[in-house]
Amino acid sequence: MTTSERQLERDRYRRRRTLTRGAVAAVSTLVVIGLLVYVVGNSPGWDRVHRTYFWWPDAKSSFPEVARSFWLNIRLFMVVEVFVLIVGIVVAIIRVVPAPALAPIKLLAVLYADVFRGTPTLLIVLLVGFGLPALNLTGMPTSLFWLGVIALTLSYGAYVAEVIRAGILSIHPTQWASGRALGMTYGQTMRHVVLPQALRRVAPPLLNDFVSLQKDTALLSTIGLVESLRAAQVISGKDFIFTPYVVAAAFFIAATIPLARFTDYLTVRSLRRENGLIT
Amino acid sequence: MLRAEAVRKSFNGTEVLKGIDLEVTEGEVVCLIGASGSGKSTLLRCLNLLEQVDDGDIWLGDAEITDPRVDVDAVRRRIGIVFQAYNLFPHKTVLDNIVLGPVTVGGRSKAEAAATAHELLTRIGLEDRAGAYPDALSGGQQQRVALVRAIAMRPEVLLLDEITSALDPMLVGEVLDVIRDLRREGMTIVMATHEMAFAREVADRIVFMADGCIEESGTPEQVFTTPKSPRTAEFLARHLA
Repeated sequence: MTTSERQLERDRYRRRRTLTRGAVAAVSTLVVIGLLVYVVGNSPGWDRVHRTYFWWPDAKSSFPEVARSFWLNIRLFMVVEVFVLIVGIVVAIIRVVPAPALAPIKLLAVLYADVFRGTPTLLIVLLVGFGLPALNLTGMPTSLFWLGVIALTLSYGAYVAEVIRAGILSIHPTQWASGRALGMTYGQTMRHVVLPQALRRVAPPLLNDFVSLQKDTALLSTIGLVESLRAAQVISGKDFIFTPYVVAAAFFIAATIPLARFTDYLTVRSLRRENGLIT
Repeated sequence: MLRAEAVRKSFNGTEVLKGIDLEVTEGEVVCLIGASGSGKSTLLRCLNLLEQVDDGDIWLGDAEITDPRVDVDAVRRRIGIVFQAYNLFPHKTVLDNIVLGPVTVGGRSKAEAAATAHELLTRIGLEDRAGAYPDALSGGQQQRVALVRAIAMRPEVLLLDEITSALDPMLVGEVLDVIRDLRREGMTIVMATHEMAFAREVADRIVFMADGCIEESGTPEQVFTTPKSPRTAEFLARHLA
């Protein structure tokens, strides 16, 4: 069937409108960026700022050292993220399970969430890093790496538990009802029906916490781990330059981007599967 | 009042509407009948601009609303639609559901909108549930509230998309009563429905759709007693048996 003249005109108009909108977006972006560059570049102090923070030779020379130590940040947050998810899910489930027998554990879970969300992460890092080894318990890890992992897991597990709990509570009660109606136990319904939906729903805030966690691996420098921020600090202290900090910042930013894109991908995939949306 | 000319719509290469011509005059009640997948819902969604047509024109009064230069929100203000799944806002009370549109879109004062809402709720017998949240209501009650929410915007046309299909027979009656009531007041209504007896009773015109085309259209009397198309006859035989 041929398309009517009227429809062709509409299509032409829509194409034109899309182009115009794209052009407006491109031009306004260029203008804003141009203005920013102009204002910053012409500020009286730009030369000094440029030399101190954005000096290419310094960036090049500090790059290998910062990069090497960033590998430690990566290992830290990869391990911590796994533990945080486990702690978060376990604590969240303990808090929502309606079992009277679990009352003491539930109380503990509430206490844990309250205490560790309320305490500054830096304080937890110091307490765990210096306090735990001082207890002289047998079997207690003494490696700084694992102490750091414990500290961050304790702190972030509390945040993530609350996020996941909110996700579980946001799933409509009819989902519980349909799961139980199939004869599944509470645990099976949680595992196969509610939790998968809850995790999907809270993926964006979870990502937020993980990004924040990746940055907070820098806090572990206080207990003596030479991660990238610490390495940058060493170089900068030696040569009185700040460019290494900016290099370290670039690494932290670069590390969050894959996570963000991965979450986007998961979100779009589930939308497409479940709503038949083509995006 | 509302007119579709040669409207076509495809999804992923499947043509769902294959050139639909339909004219609805003021105060008329048109019932769309036909098997699931015949294009009834898609047609309603196109009329409300929820779907963009692939070709053809839709006219509301003397405005061609398929024109891309048209203000879609302004058009939708004139056309009310109610869906099969009620779609009330679960975080708002019954009263707030009804008042939201007139206040935020219609620019009416909260007090005035609330007064209208109470009046409408009284008419459908749900005055005492004004402060309740949607999940606390039965399906029939929710659907009646959804109808009132649409009417509170004072639309020129009301589109109803199988609004009783999710309800059990006990509750269908109370929703149909509201529609009867609206018809008496002269509301222009286009409804897709599987309630054949009701369509026959309330419609000024029956439109039978099959495979994205209008197979037959006429008065209830004519379509139900002497269908011209054998497909219509077969469909009715199965549904009235």
